[in-house]
Amino acid sequence: MPKDTGIGASPKRREDVRFLTGKGRYTDDINVAGQTHVVFLRSDVAHGRLNGVDTSAAATMPGVIRIFTGADFEGVGGLPCGWQVTDKHGDPMQEPPHPILAQGKVRHVGDPIAAVVAETREQARDAAEAIVPDIEELPAVIDMKKAVEEGAPKVHDDLKNNLCYDWGFVEENKAAVDEAFANAAHVTSLELVNNRLVANPMEPRVAVGDYAMHDDSSTLYTTSQNPHVIRLLMGAFVLGIPEHKLRVVAPDVGGGFGTKIFHYAEEAFCTFAAKQIQRPVKWTSTRSEAFMSDAHGRDHVTKIELALDAENNFTALRTETYANMGAYLSTFAPSVPTWLHGTLMAGNYKTPLIYVNVKAVFTNTVPVDAYRGAGRPEATFQLERVVDKAARELGVDPVELRRQNFIQEFPYATPVAVEYDTGDYDATMDKLLEMIDRDGFAERRRQSEANGKLRGLGVNCYIEACGIAPSNLVGQLGARAGLYESATVRVNATGGLVVMTGSHSHGQGHETSFPQVVADMIGIDESQVEIVHGDTANAPMGMGTYGSRSLAVGGSAMVRATEKIIAKAKKIAAHLMEASEGDIELKDGQFTVAGTDKSVAWGDVTLAAYVPHNYPLEDIEPGLEETAFYDPNNFTYPSGAYACEVEVDPETGKVDVLSFAAADDFGNVVNPMIVEGQVHGGLAQGIGQALLENCAYDEDGQLLSATYMDYAMPRAHDLPMFQVDHSCQTPCTHNPLGVKGCGEAGAIGSPPSVVNAVIDALQSGGHDVTHIDMPLSPSRVWGAMNTAAQ
Amino acid sequence: MKKVTMTVNGAARSADAEGRTLLSDWLREGLRLTGTHVGCDTSQCGACVVHVNGEPVKSCSVFAQELDGAEVTTIEGMANADGSLGKVQQAFQDYHGLQCGFCTPGMVMAAAALLKENPQPSEAEVRHYLEGNICRCTGYHNIVKAVMAASGQAVEPVAAE
Repeated sequence: MPKDTGIGASPKRREDVRFLTGKGRYTDDINVAGQTHVVFLRSDVAHGRLNGVDTSAAATMPGVIRIFTGADFEGVGGLPCGWQVTDKHGDPMQEPPHPILAQGKVRHVGDPIAAVVAETREQARDAAEAIVPDIEELPAVIDMKKAVEEGAPKVHDDLKNNLCYDWGFVEENKAAVDEAFANAAHVTSLELVNNRLVANPMEPRVAVGDYAMHDDSSTLYTTSQNPHVIRLLMGAFVLGIPEHKLRVVAPDVGGGFGTKIFHYAEEAFCTFAAKQIQRPVKWTSTRSEAFMSDAHGRDHVTKIELALDAENNFTALRTETYANMGAYLSTFAPSVPTWLHGTLMAGNYKTPLIYVNVKAVFTNTVPVDAYRGAGRPEATFQLERVVDKAARELGVDPVELRRQNFIQEFPYATPVAVEYDTGDYDATMDKLLEMIDRDGFAERRRQSEANGKLRGLGVNCYIEACGIAPSNLVGQLGARAGLYESATVRVNATGGLVVMTGSHSHGQGHETSFPQVVADMIGIDESQVEIVHGDTANAPMGMGTYGSRSLAVGGSAMVRATEKIIAKAKKIAAHLMEASEGDIELKDGQFTVAGTDKSVAWGDVTLAAYVPHNYPLEDIEPGLEETAFYDPNNFTYPSGAYACEVEVDPETGKVDVLSFAAADDFGNVVNPMIVEGQVHGGLAQGIGQALLENCAYDEDGQLLSATYMDYAMPRAHDLPMFQVDHSCQTPCTHNPLGVKGCGEAGAIGSPPSVVNAVIDALQSGGHDVTHIDMPLSPSRVWGAMNTAAQ
Repeated sequence: MKKVTMTVNGAARSADAEGRTLLSDWLREGLRLTGTHVGCDTSQCGACVVHVNGEPVKSCSVFAQELDGAEVTTIEGMANADGSLGKVQQAFQDYHGLQCGFCTPGMVMAAAALLKENPQPSEAEVRHYLEGNICRCTGYHNIVKAVMAASGQAVEPVAAE
C-alpha cells in the first residue's frame, strides 16, 4: 500500500504550482534597477591569432556604455580548473590558462573576443556586429588522434603539445593484464566512439552581476547547480573578491544536467563589469550561443578488449581511450575520463585484471566536461557493448554471459580502486526479464518480419559510482575541492522549520522530497518544513547538485542536522516534564516520558526554546537551530539491468524504439514518483544519444550543429512509454537514509541496450554488422546494412 | 518604437515595441509576464507557446507590432477564476509532467490547444502534436500521461506502475 506522507510517499510537488502558473523565478526573470545588457562577440573561426580588436565604430553607437576586450582582463585571473590529474609517469597534467576574454589567440568557434555593455540588449547586439576583430586564421586541430601527432598545430603555444595527460590505471597492473590477454582462450575487441553531446537544459544560461557601492559587495544571479562553488571559484581565483563580499544566487534553474556545474566566463564578466561601470550587467544566452559556449559532454574514442577463459569467465579488460578536453580545461573536465570513468570499468563483473589508458587531448573545440553520468556512461557503453559482442562471437546468451560473471558477494573491492558496498545484480536482471516477456520475443520478431521490419532485443547492465563523494578520497585523486554537503535546520518558535541546504534543485524536486525526510523524523506535517536553497547568503557552504549526490550527501547532512535538533529538543522536553532525558521519546510530533502518560507537543518545546522562561539555561542555550556537514566515507553504487526492443526498417535504416524497460536498484527510495521521473528523463537522454544526438564539427572546426534544427533533441514521438521499476533495493550501507541516487542512471544505462538491440535486429536479418557508432541515424544504419556482407 | 495594445489574459495591456520586438519579448519585458519562456532562437523548442486569438503560436516567431489589438492568453491566464490550477495545469501536477518547469508553460499551452482541437487524443496523437515542444527533463512519459488525463481518459496514477 503506497504511503501518503513521509519517506516512501509520492506527494504532489509543491514547486509545481509556481511553475504551472508562470510564477517561477528564473534568472532571466530577474531585472535589477539600472540594469545594462551585455552581448559577446565570439570567434567565428576555430583557431587564429588575435592581432587586435577594432571597437572604434561600435563604441559610438547608440546606447553603448563600454566595450571590453581581453586587454581589460590583464591581471585578472583566468577560469580555474578544479581537478588535477597526474599522468602515468607521475607528472601533473598540462594546464593552460583560460582567460575571460580571448588574449592573443582564439581557440574555438564561440571563444569570446569582446563584450559590449549597452543600455538595451538590442543596442548591445547591434554594436557587437560593428566590432572588427583582426584574426589571422591558423590551421585547426579537431580530430583527437591527429591532434597528438608530432608537428600538429598547437592549441596552446606555451604547452609541449596537445596532450593534456596520458593516464594509466592501474599502471602497476598493466603487465599482469597483458599477460592475461596472452593466455586468453578468447579475446573480443571493439573500437567505438562515444559521441559528443550538448547537455541542452531548456533554460539557456543567464547571469546578472550587481555591485553595491555602499558596502563594496557584489551579487551574482546565475543559472548554476552549485552557487557556493561559483562563489569560491570566481571570488578566490578569478576576481579576487572575498567570499564575505560576494553573494551568488541561483534561483529557479531550468535544468542543468552537468553543464551548469561549471564556472563560466560570462558570469565572471558580469560580476567584474558591474563593478567597473557601477551598474548591474545582464547576459542572457541565446541557444546558438549555448551550443558554442556551454561545456559539451562525452566525446571519447575508445578501443576496448575483453579476455575470456575457456569457460567464458572474464579474465581481463584493457582499454585505450582518447578523451576530448576541447580548447580549455573546463572546471572538472580532467576528472571525467579518469576517476569517473576508469574506476567504473569493472562494471557489474568480477573481472580480476583491468587496465585503463586515457589520453586527454586539447582540440579547437568547445571545452568538454561532465554531462549527466559523466564518464560513467562512457565506461558502461564500451563495457556493455564488448560483453554483448563477446556473447555473439561465442554463441552464448548475452544475459547468461553477464550473469556468469556477475559480482555476487559484497562488499566487493574492484581492481580499479573502488569498493561496492551493496548490490544484487541477479535480482535486477530477474526483475528485468519479468518486465520484458523475453519468451514472447520470438513471436514479436516474427510479426515484425511479417511487416517487413527487423526486430531486435538488447540488454545491458550498469553500475555507477555516485553520491559524489568522500573528500579525503577525491583529494588524493586530484580534486581541488571537498565534496561534503551541508544543511542548517532552523526551527521557528511556533514549530515550523526551514532547512537551508547546500544542495540545489533544478528539476529534482527537493522542495518536496527533502521535507518528507525531516517531517518523518519529527512526526510533523510536511507543510511545516520549507526548503531554502540556491543562495549563498542563506545556505551554509555547500557543494551543490551533480553526480546524483543530493539526497545521498545533502539529504544525509539534513538528517544529521535534524538529529541534533531532536537531541536538543529532547533535553528541553525532559526539563519541561521534569523527567530524565534518556526517557524521552519523540513520536508523531509528541514528546513522551517512557512508561508514563506525560507528554508535551513539538510546538511546546520549540516555543520554550525561544521563550525560555522555564528552561534549563544552565545546561543548554536557547534557540533551536543546528548545522551539519556530512562527508560520506564511500561513493554509492546504484545498479540495474535495462532492455530495449527496436524495430528497424530495412528500406530506410530508421530505428523505432518500441519498448524500454529499466530495473534499477537505488537502495531506499524517498519519493517514488520523483525517482521514476528522474529515470524517465535519463532514459530519454540516453536514447537520444544512441539514436539522435550528435554535436558535429567539420574538419576546420566549424560547429555544424548549433541550433535545434541541426542538433536532434529527442521529441515526444521519438520515445515510447517506459517501464521502470525500483523494487530491487539493497540499501546503501554508509549513509543514514540508505539511499544511492537516481539522477544519472537512465542516461548511463540506456545507450548500450539500444545499440545492442539494433545489432540484434540487423544480425537477425542476416547482416553481418557488429557495431555502428552512435547516433544510429537512418543513414548510418542503412549504410552499415548495405556495406556489410549479407 | 510604437505603443502596442493587446487583450492579454482578459485585460487590455499596452507596452512599447520596436519593429523587431518579438511577442515573447513584449510579454516578458514589456508586460513582465515572465511565465512565457524563451528556450531557443529558431522556433523549435516551444517554451514560448501562447494563444493568439485562440490559436497556439510560438511567441518568438511573431512581431508584437503586427498583433496590435489581438487577444492573447499566456500561462498566467490558465488558472481557474478562484486561482486554483486549471484542468491541464492540475493534470501536469498530478502526473508529474514537469521537473525543472522551464518548458512547462509552452507544454501546457500546447496541450490546451490540442484538447480544444481534439478532446480525446490517442497517445500517438498527443506525441505527434507535441512535436514542436522540447522537454529535456521528463522523457515526455509523464507529459503524455498528463495530457491524456486532462482529456478525461483513464491513466494509471504515478508511481503505481
